[in-house]
Amino acid sequence: MMATFFQQLVNGLSIGSVYALIALGYTMVYGVLRLINFAHSEVFMMGAFSGYYSALMLGFDPAHPAEFGLLRAALVLAVSMIACALLGLLIERLAYRPLRSARRLTPLITAIGVSILLQNLGILFFGANPRPFPMIVPETRYEVGGVVLTNIKLLIFAVSAVLMVVLHWLVQKTWTGKAMRAVSVNLSAAKLMGINANKVIAFTFVVGSALAATGGILFGLDQAKIEPLMGVLVGLKAFVAAVLGGIGNTMGAAAGGLLIGVAEQMTAGYLSADYRDAITFAILIGVLLVRPEGLFGSSKIEKV
Amino acid sequence: MKPPPLRSRKLSRPLTLLLGLWLAAGLLGALGTLTGCKQRPDENATGPIVVGAYLSMTGSMATFGESSKRGAVIAVEEANQRGGVLGRKIELVVLDDQGRAEEVGNAVLRLIDVNGAVAIMGEVASTLSLVAGRIAQRRKIPMVSPSSTNTAVTQIGDYVFRVCFLDPFQGYAMAKFAREKLKISRVAILKDVRNDYSLGLADAFEKAFKRLGGSIVGIESYSAGDTEFSAQLTKLKPSLPEGLYVPGYYTEVGGIARQARRLGIKAPLMGGDGWESPELRNIGGADIVGSYYSNHFASDQPTPRATQFIAAYRAKYNEAAPALAALGYDATLAIIDAIRRAGSTHPKAVRDALATTKELDAVTGKLTLDANRNPVKPAVVVRVTEAGEVFEAEVPPE
Repeated sequence: MMATFFQQLVNGLSIGSVYALIALGYTMVYGVLRLINFAHSEVFMMGAFSGYYSALMLGFDPAHPAEFGLLRAALVLAVSMIACALLGLLIERLAYRPLRSARRLTPLITAIGVSILLQNLGILFFGANPRPFPMIVPETRYEVGGVVLTNIKLLIFAVSAVLMVVLHWLVQKTWTGKAMRAVSVNLSAAKLMGINANKVIAFTFVVGSALAATGGILFGLDQAKIEPLMGVLVGLKAFVAAVLGGIGNTMGAAAGGLLIGVAEQMTAGYLSADYRDAITFAILIGVLLVRPEGLFGSSKIEKV
Repeated sequence: MKPPPLRSRKLSRPLTLLLGLWLAAGLLGALGTLTGCKQRPDENATGPIVVGAYLSMTGSMATFGESSKRGAVIAVEEANQRGGVLGRKIELVVLDDQGRAEEVGNAVLRLIDVNGAVAIMGEVASTLSLVAGRIAQRRKIPMVSPSSTNTAVTQIGDYVFRVCFLDPFQGYAMAKFAREKLKISRVAILKDVRNDYSLGLADAFEKAFKRLGGSIVGIESYSAGDTEFSAQLTKLKPSLPEGLYVPGYYTEVGGIARQARRLGIKAPLMGGDGWESPELRNIGGADIVGSYYSNHFASDQPTPRATQFIAAYRAKYNEAAPALAALGYDATLAIIDAIRRAGSTHPKAVRDALATTKELDAVTGKLTLDANRNPVKPAVVVRVTEAGEVFEAEVPPE
């Protein structure tokens, strides 16, 4: 019984880590632009597919996954992060920057449009059929007291934890992070202080998209299957995670992701898998009703 | 602005004329169809007998349509090599319904009215067969579906037939195989709650497996499109199932197999014809190997009739024959056989002959149609291996 519980917990934390990585992108962009970047879940999908193609180009052989080596696996991750960073940059430059001075609803609708566009481009170029994700890191199983762990799950925890710490350091301790926070507090005041707001916003998109790419690769490794519409539900849940943690708050997004992951796994494990998705959105409604600023958000009054 | 009355009156004259012409054309067309119905161009003719097929040749289900068509083409070619039927050649006319319900009606009506089809063959997807079946029934043209397994299809009326088994039978076939060939008694079920097909199979399996003395140790569900199944599998694991029945589509089964193995569930997975796709092994990898599923046909089926078809298919298309091609062949064969036995191309006579199809030597087994126009025929169980699916057993009808 305890083994089953811990097994569900481990699996919940693992999927939650992926939600957290994606939620960070939502929350950072919201922080600087007050924009919910719905295209972010498609950046996650593109991350998985760029991982797929770069692994094949680097000579991945499905018959001998062990020969690929960790160096090339790291290279796949790097390529995918760079590709998604460029994609994020492109989306920001083409779709959002021209609308910087428009009303807030306009970029939001544009974001939905970009999201649908990327989904359909995915179907067009990759095909709607699911594909096997190359196991660039061969899987090993460990069993501890009846709980099964895999090196992939451990990798997911480790990579997510490291990236979150790096991000926290980046936002809190570096000059760029300070600029990001300044833009987040007041865009025009930040500009008057000599901060190149466009550069800071672009940088935010680069970082968020690179994190989403990492999420895409880890998700692909864990689920072994990728498809052009994979980002829809995962992205939506990550968005809920960001709201739960307090949108605009990086630590909150990380905590929200883990909480959502565990909540849905426990619901599926102890109640019914039919409520797996329902619980996520029940949480969203609950948070919006009871504590709209989220668990870690500050409840400052916003001037509109 | 003031409306210019003169100009509008001038314009109205040609408009009326056009309207009149259009009405007249419509009336003529309607008359033409009416007479066409009474006196079909095909009656007592000497040209080829037209067998129509409506299939998804483009769109997301294009591979289904292509496979079915290839089977039908072989059936027609073989019949023509033997001199055709009633001293006339057979012509297969295939129209594309694009896999869309709104196109199916057009395709079927064109086959009947323009091409003068004696009988029609199609579709794979049950939703499309249900649309076409109603038209065929209304126009009293016999229709044979090659591979629509939904129970409702042949319930449309006495002009609608099929040559594949129904959903509930697959559940029974796998239960029987599990009990008698695999000799297992504890099975857990993981079904797709968003899919009637999956629920139907799961239900039939559960009933049959219990009736045969086995026990169902757990039932869990997922939704098509899910990627995370570990919660359900973790829950099922302590009940120590000897087999896991997953009557879903190949899109999810590969992931389920992987996650089950990773959690230490070593029992074989079992499923239905929704598993048939090369993607199954691509995604499931080594973890799906050793699993079983029920199907209409195996591409290495050891019966002489199947061997002959497989060879003919390979000679023409240079690949292994999929089940849908075998069923396309059988549906067309049943139509040709009925025309021959009817001794006439009159749709009513062909329908009556189809209804009495008995012990027809078809590729997917001896074909007999029952009073509900459904076949009484065996299912095959195939095993997934590294190299592909291999024939494992044949399960006779209940």
